[in-house]
Amino acid sequence: MTEAGAAFAPGARVRVRDDWPEERGPCHIRTPHYVRGRTGTVERALGAFPNPEDLAFGRPAPRRRLYHVRFDQRPLWNEGHPRDTVLVEIFEHWLEPLAEGSP
Amino acid sequence: MAAPPRPESVAMLEKLVAALTAKGILTEEEIAERQAITDRASPETGARMVARAWTDPDYRRLLLSDGTAAAEAMGVTMAGAPPLGVLEDTPTRHHLVVCTLCSCYPRAVLGYPPHWYKSAAYRARAVRDPRGVLAEWGTHLPDHVEVRVVDSTADYRWMVLPMRPAGTEGWSEERLAAIVTRDCLIGVALPRAG
Amino acid sequence: MPDDAPAHVPATHDLGGASRFRCTPIDPDDAPPDAFGKRVDAIRQILAQKKLMTVDELRRGIESLPPEEYHALGYYERWLRSIAAIMIEKGVIAAEELR
Repeated sequence: MTEAGAAFAPGARVRVRDDWPEERGPCHIRTPHYVRGRTGTVERALGAFPNPEDLAFGRPAPRRRLYHVRFDQRPLWNEGHPRDTVLVEIFEHWLEPLAEGSP
Repeated sequence: MAAPPRPESVAMLEKLVAALTAKGILTEEEIAERQAITDRASPETGARMVARAWTDPDYRRLLLSDGTAAAEAMGVTMAGAPPLGVLEDTPTRHHLVVCTLCSCYPRAVLGYPPHWYKSAAYRARAVRDPRGVLAEWGTHLPDHVEVRVVDSTADYRWMVLPMRPAGTEGWSEERLAAIVTRDCLIGVALPRAG
Repeated sequence: MPDDAPAHVPATHDLGGASRFRCTPIDPDDAPPDAFGKRVDAIRQILAQKKLMTVDELRRGIESLPPEEYHALGYYERWLRSIAAIMIEKGVIAAEELR
């Protein structure tokens, strides 16, 4: 089931934006460095929450969809156990759909 | 060991309290009351939730679908607390919770996070070498078990529902809760019957 | 990391996988916070309840600490510096009041 209004359904393949706002100036982001530019699978939608990137600066914070996205450990670090995974909460504006057949 | 605060930090804290008090923003009574409320939260709550889930299938379903409601059903006040998610361990999947960015932790049902949970070493290593971290707690998982690290990066707080160990058949909820430690609820340890 | 990956340096607080802690054993200390920590913790909660600062602002303040301070300070010492900086930034208190 796709959560009402959610862009990604469970099982969708997604890519995390390869963006590094901390290199451009003061910011507060909740997308850890190690998943940026990486490909994962949406586990489920987690609802919508005021954007922490705005809350951190006392700005009006529109709600953003949040997802649990699963990544295989090994491609992230080039090491580790082949079965192991990591589950990360990522906001929708950090996610891009992965075209069919993309790596 | 956590180092004690340096004297200049202690002095800074008291100046901050004095400044906020002078402006009528807070009082010593409010600080004491808030601290007392925070002190009351403890991993015994999470342990009772797990024990109940092990013995009551309806509660287990609630716990896994809506951790916040499941906590409230145990008498925990969740108003104002972040939503609680509960992750179910299975014979082929084990969860380990970390917060690599800061120290997000399900305080409403586990109390203050332990010092090690907030340490740079745990935050750095849990996500990259989870089996090495587990080994430091004496937790060794077979190769056919997937270790699923849960990096608590945003608005949820996560707790693990471990598997009920063999040898606990017929145990009361109270007895079961006693073997569910805080470390089991974070995922660095497993409940043991003996 | 592939050899040709662009070199992005993660922010100080963005610790997942950080190589410098790779061989650091985890300190098993699980004592609750000391009196100083509990006091800072309670003040943070009261300021949040009174809508004077969000947890996100607290985090931003912690993340703004210079790297050497971030690692040298204790957990609640980082919180205290962040709370103080945010209260000054918002004009709730003046910097002189903390001197």
